[in-house]
This record gives sequence, C-alpha cells and structure tokens, in this order.
Amino acid sequence: MQKLVKDIKTAIEKCGLQDGMCIGFHHHLRGGDYVLNMVMEQIAELGIKDLTINASSIHESHTPLIEHMKNGTVTGLVTAYIGPTVGKAVSQGVLKNPVVFQTHGYRPAGMAKGEYRPDISFIAAPSSDPMGNCTGKIGKSACGSLGYAFSDAEYAGKVVVITDNLVDYPLTQYSISETSVDYVVKVDEIGDPKGIVSGTTRMPRNPVSLKIAQQAAKAIDASGLLKDGFSFQTGAGGASLATAAYLKDIMLEKEIKGSYALGGITGYLVEMLEAGCFQAIQDVQCFDLKAVQSIRDNPCHAEISAAHYASPDAKSSAASSLDVVVLGATEIDVDFNVNVHTDSNGYIMGGSGGHSDVAQEAKMTIIVAPLLRTRYAVVKKHVKCISTPGDSVDILVTEYGICVNPKREDLKQRLTEAGLLVVDIHDLQKKAEKITGIPEEPEEKESRVVAEVMYRDGSIIDRIYQV
Amino acid sequence: MRRTMLFLPGNSPKMIVNGGVLGSDSIIFDLEDAVAPDEKDAARLLVKEALKNLDFGKCEIIVRINSLDTEFWEEDIEEIIPLKPDVIMPTKVSGAEYIRRLDEKMSEVEKKHSIEQGSIKLIPLLETACGIENAYEIARASSRMAALYLGAEDLTADLRCARTKEGKEIEYARTRLVCAARAAGIEVYDTPFTDVDDMEGLEKDTRHAKALGFTGKAVINPRHVDCVNEIFSPTEAEIEYAREVIEAIEQGKKEGRGAVSLRGKMIDAPIVERAKNVLSAAEEISGGAPCRN
Repeated sequence: MQKLVKDIKTAIEKCGLQDGMCIGFHHHLRGGDYVLNMVMEQIAELGIKDLTINASSIHESHTPLIEHMKNGTVTGLVTAYIGPTVGKAVSQGVLKNPVVFQTHGYRPAGMAKGEYRPDISFIAAPSSDPMGNCTGKIGKSACGSLGYAFSDAEYAGKVVVITDNLVDYPLTQYSISETSVDYVVKVDEIGDPKGIVSGTTRMPRNPVSLKIAQQAAKAIDASGLLKDGFSFQTGAGGASLATAAYLKDIMLEKEIKGSYALGGITGYLVEMLEAGCFQAIQDVQCFDLKAVQSIRDNPCHAEISAAHYASPDAKSSAASSLDVVVLGATEIDVDFNVNVHTDSNGYIMGGSGGHSDVAQEAKMTIIVAPLLRTRYAVVKKHVKCISTPGDSVDILVTEYGICVNPKREDLKQRLTEAGLLVVDIHDLQKKAEKITGIPEEPEEKESRVVAEVMYRDGSIIDRIYQV
Repeated sequence: MRRTMLFLPGNSPKMIVNGGVLGSDSIIFDLEDAVAPDEKDAARLLVKEALKNLDFGKCEIIVRINSLDTEFWEEDIEEIIPLKPDVIMPTKVSGAEYIRRLDEKMSEVEKKHSIEQGSIKLIPLLETACGIENAYEIARASSRMAALYLGAEDLTADLRCARTKEGKEIEYARTRLVCAARAAGIEVYDTPFTDVDDMEGLEKDTRHAKALGFTGKAVINPRHVDCVNEIFSPTEAEIEYAREVIEAIEQGKKEGRGAVSLRGKMIDAPIVERAKNVLSAAEEISGGAPCRN
C-alpha cells in the first residue's frame, strides 16, 4: 500500500476535496506554522471554493488566510482562537459566514457528534513514517505534544499527514497511528522552529505582574486545596507563569507532593515536575523547548488529546479532576464574566482556547489581571464579549487586592483569615473608572454578526459584531 | 514607619500609577536624576496630576526635587508644595545653609497656599563629601527634618573612589550619618543597592545597614521591596522580647520595684524605649501596613 504521495496538491486531489467541504488543521506549530498556508495555497490554485476551516487555533503566521476569505475560497471558520491580524480582518467583515468560536474541549466533542467534522484534516507532523505513524516529539520542527490533532485523526473523513522529517517505517514512538492516516506528504519545511516553540519561557520582570502572581500563589496556599495530591494548570503569560514560580517555592517549603500539572506546558511546570512538586504532567500542548525535551525524555510527562484534556462529553477528563487553574483576562466585569476574545476596540484578538473549559471544571478558578492596561480599564461594568461566564470564576487577583465571587463566601473567609487583602469588585471597577474615565464604546454594526461564541455545552453565549 | 522608600521616575506614568501597590512604605517621585533636563517640566506636571488624582493608599509621598544649584528647584517647590506631599527630598545637600534656604522657600509657598507652616517634612539626600562632614548640622538645620538619607553613587564620585558591592568605601559615611541622625533625634536611611538582579547581594547589604543602625533603605526596583521590608521589620523573637520587657516593667511598677530585670539582665530606659519602638512597628505592620498585600 502506497500512502506517500509526491505533494500536497496530489493529496488534496486524491482525498476528493470539493466546494463547500470542511477541512481541519491543528495549531501545534503556533506562530511558526507553514502547513495551513501551503495547503490553502494549493486549494486556491485548484479553484475550490466555499470551504469551512476547522482549526484548533489561528495564529499570526496565518495572515494569507485573509486573502482566501476575501476571494471566497474560505467562507467559514471554526476555531478556539484567532490572532490579532486575522481577527481584525474578520471583525471588519472579510469572512462570509460568522466564525464559530469553540473551546478546545468542545472541538473533539463537537466532532464526535458530527458538528464541523472535517472532510479532510491536514496534520502537520514534525516526524512521520511513510504509513503515517507520526509524532511531534522529534525532528527539526519538534513541537512536543500533538494533543489537538488526535480528534482530527479520529473523526476526519480523510487524514493527510504532512511532515518535513520522513523516517523509516515503523516509527514506534508515535502519537498518531497509521490506522487513521490516508496519505503522507514530505515537504522541505513544515514551519519555522523559532515560531513553533520559544527557546525559554522567561519569567516576567514587570513588578505589577509579579505582585499579582505572588498574591495568586498566596491565595492558592490559603484556599485549602494546596495539599498532597494537588493538581494545577496555569497559562504561559506574564502573571500566570510567575504564579507557578511562587507556588513552586511554597510547595517545596511545605513539602507538598502534587498529583499533576495540566495544560499548555512551559519549562516552569517541567521544573516543578523535576523538583518533585508533581508526580506527572498531562500535556496537550508544549510552549517551549524545555517542555518539548521533557515530553520526549520523561515518562512522567504524558501527551494527552484535547478530549482527554477537557472534553465536556468525556466520561472524565484531566480538567474534571483539576484543583486550581490560573487564567488571564482581557477584560473582566463586576459579575466576574471574562472576555478573552476582543480588544478594547471590539476587534477579535484571541479566543477561549481552553479558558472556559478549565474554568468550569477546576475547583478554584483564578483570574490574574492588572486593574489597568496602559489607559484601559481591565475591570469593567460589563465585558464587551462573554468568553467565560462569571459563575465559573472564583477569584480575581489584581495588584490592588483579591475579589471573591459572592458565591464563594467560604473562600472569602479563608483568604481573609490568611491576611490577604480582599476587596469588592465593584470598588475596583470604580477605582479603575476614576483613573481611566469612561471610554467611548467602539461603533459596532449590530446588523452583522462576525462571530458566535459557543460555550462548552454547545450553546451560543455571545455574539461579536462587525466593527 | 519607613522601612522602604521606593524611587519612581517622575516622567513614567506606567510606574507612577502603580506606586501605591508595590509594597513600599514610602514612594519617592523623582524629578531629579531619573528625568532628563528637557523633560523636567513634563515630569513635574505628571507628578502634580498624579498627586491630585491618584490614590496611593497609606504610602508616604516623597518628592525628590532638583538641587539648589539648578534652575529647576524653585519651580519644583512652587508646583509640588500646594499638593501637600508628606516629604520633600532635596538633593546634593552640602550644609545647613542649603536647608535654611530651602526651608524659607517652602514656608513662603505653604503660606501662599494656606498650608500649615512646617507641615511638609524634609529628608535631605547627603551625597557629597561636604554633606557627609556636615551631617549633624544638616540634621539640626530645620524643624522639618525627619531623617537623613545617604546617596552613595554621587558620593563615591565626589570621593574619587570606585563604588563596590562590598561598600567599604562608604562605611565611614554610613556610620557618620547614623551617628549624626541619632544625635539629632531623627531617622536615617541607607543608599539603594543598585544591582537589581542580585538578590543575595541585596540581602547582605540590607542586613549590614540594619546592623549599623539605619531605620530603612531606599530601593530603586520594586522587586527589592519585599526583601528590605522583611529585614527592617521586627522579628518574632524581637517582638516577643519587647512584650516581655513591657510586661516586666509594668509588673515592676505594680510591685513598686525601682529596678527590674529580665532574663538575668537589668532593664534600663533605652531597652524600654527600644521595646516600645519594636511593638509600635509590629502593630503598624500587622495592622495592614498600607501597601502590603
């Protein structure tokens, strides 16, 4: 059986791509990804139109997509995140149909139910054998985990593996098995290693981020959840990352042996694993070289699929056992609703990713955010877009104190007893407004919806309008 | 209580807006060295608006003004005094005459704006050989005087020696300032540790300053605040001992005893005074030292 075909165009033709179909991509190569662009270029040359892309995320390397949207090659997009450049174009109305913003957890659940199931998925693979046994752990474009691609392999009608490191059959340490793969294509490069993973994820130096992180770590300590068997997830941005560093000190000092760290994985979480703070890492995506090296070499560092990470329909998931998650916010309102989709001008510049998945599942969800970003208030009366509903958020940690969701009086008491400064979110909102004034709201064309925000139960919880 | 005095450049809105939450007891809005000559007016305006509109909690507000040998200092005083900062920090202070001239100008502006005469205090920066030699005179030159503050960077330039982390070259200045300030009955603050990434060095330098008798230390980076606060806060053992001292004294009074001893040592007036200071500092810290948490 011959799965290896000479180029992407041949694979597209053999898969029988037609107008109106849905195609899938994963985002493990992040800002360094070449594969989505290479595939779309071939599709555009073939003159195929009216496609829906179901990609786990869209990044800054994917700006050629704007042109494909303009000329009708792409008319629909299902994703969990869109970077600012494509996001702005979408907000300006470049895409025919509204974007469907899913969560990372809902993507595999939706596919299992037949929603936006790709007719063809193109899986960028840092190493593959000619039959499609592939992995992200080795090769010049190594990205570590291929967690988001598992659902593509499982549910797509046809599966094409695209690699720049073709190895002899059989690749034994595979992530995705040949049993799901129809075709394999060897290309020169699937991405730019510099954009795929950062060399080292650096600890932030911003004093406000550090202050917030320090308070977040103290709040975790005071929550009653920090004990042997503790499980934890945190983001890779500023204060979230620094929270892990402060938490590590507390865990080592108190000799707490945690169970697992989850999520997008950075070198900081790897250091915590190696220091004995956790017995395992469950990794759906690697953010830096240290994480890639660890997932390759350390048997306690496990690759998991997006469904295993946070599918709401799974019988259990890693998220469903999670104690504490630390997440960021573009905006948060007095009802603790969080926006991570749009910027202060109303343009799309992000997305939930797994934000609302883990927020709902974790025993304690912490949002870390400064009161202000440059001249904008982060704590507002109403967020422009609800990405994560406030009832799944427990506390907000800012440099001016910690706000506790009124439904968590127990937590408020614990934090207060620990001597942490607990403040009312309404007071913080007023404080922010006093400094920034009330900004003029951007003009939105309410007649034209450019994106719908789908919650992890499949319902639409908000709409984003054309700017 | 002033364990830490954190410098914030007067021309950086981003730094200024966060001044109240970085954990220091005092914040110093700098109009002097951190601000280039062509930005002096912008910085002055920004600090003025910040003092008018922002809430810095219970942080003490200090404004470092330009030296009296520049063209900027009078305007600094005229613009800043009406906003009633807690303290003015004059720079390159060389002698008592310098302070008297400044005091006069401050009084003039206070009067003009109906501010209580002498309510705004002074913490002069002594950073020249002359300033160090005249420390005691300076400390007694005005009733506004709250503390002396040592500036080692300019001082070592004036002394024509290298500034080192070990700080042997400033040992004389440090001890002289502590002695002068204590003789005048005011507080005394140590020069900042300038390597922002060397936390071990910071700890060592701060412990040394505390051992010499300094009340606190200036910091130029918010990441240094916690370390300095911790070292200049009374320890659990110090607090416990202070409580025992006060209890023993009270017990002695009740029993009509003139001499009281504790742990085999006589308790005299300075020990009682020190115990009171420790307990008052501890109370202030546990009472939510303003910018902590």
